[in-house]
Amino acid sequence: MTGNHPLAAESETYELSVNGRREQVKAAWLGESLLAVLRERLGLPGAKNACEQGECGSCSVFVDGVLVCSCCVLAADAVDAEVTTVEGLADGDALTDVQQSFLDAGAVQCGFCTPGLVVAVHDLLDRNPDPGDLEVREAISGNLCRCTGYGRILAAVEAVRDQRGRRSRP
Amino acid sequence: MTVARPRTLAEALGALEATPDAHLLAGGTDFMVEVNFGHRRPTDIVALRRVVELQGHEHADGHVTLGAMLTYAEIEADLAEDFPALAAAGRTVGSPQIRNAGTIGGNVGTASPAGDTLPLLVALDAEVDLAGPEGTRTVALDEFITGPKRTDRRPGEIITRVRVPRVTGPQQFLKIGTRNAMVISIACLALVLDLDARRVRCGLGSVGPRPLRPRAAEDFLSGEIDWDGPRAAPGAVRRFAELVAEACTPITDQRGTAEYRRHAAGVLARRAVERSLQS
Ligand SMILES: Cc1cc2nc3c(=O)[nH]c(=O)nc-3n(C[C@H](O)[C@H](O)[C@H](O)COP(=O)(O)OP(=O)(O)OC[C@H]3O[C@@H](n4cnc5c(N)ncnc54)[C@H](O)[C@@H]3O)c2cc1C
Ligand code: FES
Ligand code: FES
Repeated sequence: MTGNHPLAAESETYELSVNGRREQVKAAWLGESLLAVLRERLGLPGAKNACEQGECGSCSVFVDGVLVCSCCVLAADAVDAEVTTVEGLADGDALTDVQQSFLDAGAVQCGFCTPGLVVAVHDLLDRNPDPGDLEVREAISGNLCRCTGYGRILAAVEAVRDQRGRRSRP
Repeated sequence: MTVARPRTLAEALGALEATPDAHLLAGGTDFMVEVNFGHRRPTDIVALRRVVELQGHEHADGHVTLGAMLTYAEIEADLAEDFPALAAAGRTVGSPQIRNAGTIGGNVGTASPAGDTLPLLVALDAEVDLAGPEGTRTVALDEFITGPKRTDRRPGEIITRVRVPRVTGPQQFLKIGTRNAMVISIACLALVLDLDARRVRCGLGSVGPRPLRPRAAEDFLSGEIDWDGPRAAPGAVRRFAELVAEACTPITDQRGTAEYRRHAAGVLARRAVERSLQS
């Protein structure tokens, strides 16, 4: 954590709904970001912390179905919203088509950016099943990867787009 | 520490009265960065995202009112016809994640010299509606923003809406940064050719302590344009660009030098006019 705020301080207990489960957040400082609470208090380390300033996208999650950076969300303001993290995308141990495609295309090197990218790519393809190349690039413009050079990430996204396209066409 | 989550404006004002030092939270894209890095240590927070009066936008007589909680994603999707340059400015903000969360009320509330919606809003003479313990008031945005990250917001006040006059004519928004996404403007410019009033309207960002109106440049070009085109001689466009550059009061920082910014503002001015004129 780059932030120097105290993780433990007085305060009320509040409840979040994460991946369909009600979670109690107890004795937390109320200024904590959703990212900090997911990782440090709820044992969900999928969303990564790389900048804490909205720049890298590695902390991407859905709040009420909207793609956001969880480091820019006040956790205590996310009560009564439905939070979905990368852990909540797949059914049990199965992988989603996006996750499988990242593996198949070799789009994962150190893997730090991967959870955020997987969430962002789900957001794109679930809204727009047939994005053009520029739309793909724009959709992941807020997700930084320092390893891959993006080529294999773009290939992974294109593969899912084409698979889903084949499936939906008779 | 407390976090209030009001659902109505009355509840929000009540929460502010009960905790007068509370910080207002909208989309969190400026606010949470400051909290994460310990630059802001709120003891109380009033979160605005549920307040019904602050949502959406409405068409009224001669203008559109934008709710303070209107996000960039909504501006892009819903306002591209009314305010193409506002939609274009919104489209350049941050990334999809930031545009889904960041709001117009937050851009005005932060009042950064680099706030990308501000040049168009000042160019169109937008006004800010505020609600507070003493009732409501409306202030010109140009007066509301008093300096870098400084506003005339009074204790207990909430920005409720931004009123933007509808103007007929071409609009442009141009921004210079190191890439097409996720950049703070090094310089940006909004231009509107107000065909009914036969006025050039221009707003500049990141080239002064607050968004600027280059009035002398506007007056000059308004007199030079053949409004039946609209057309203008290349020399007049060049002179306009010089006057825009002269109006800038930039600083040198890690993003660019004052000299570069002034030059860039002139280039943007010329480009924006050329794109707006009938050739
Ligand atoms: C990665 C990243 C990239 C960014 N890129 C850009 C960019 O390209 N261009 C740009 O202009 N900005 C950019 N920003 C800054 C930010 O996204 C915008 O300024 C945004 O509009 C802030 O809105 P918000 O809803 O997130 O406000 P918040 O962060 O919630 O609040 C911002 C400030 O405004 C005050 N405030 C909010 N709402 C109100 C209200 N209704 N009444 C009174 N005060 C209020 C808050 O108290 C706070 O001081 C970026 C930020 C990040 C993290
Ligand atoms: S950690 Fe949230 S965007 Fe980088
Ligand atoms: S794989 Fe290492 S940051 Fe993307």
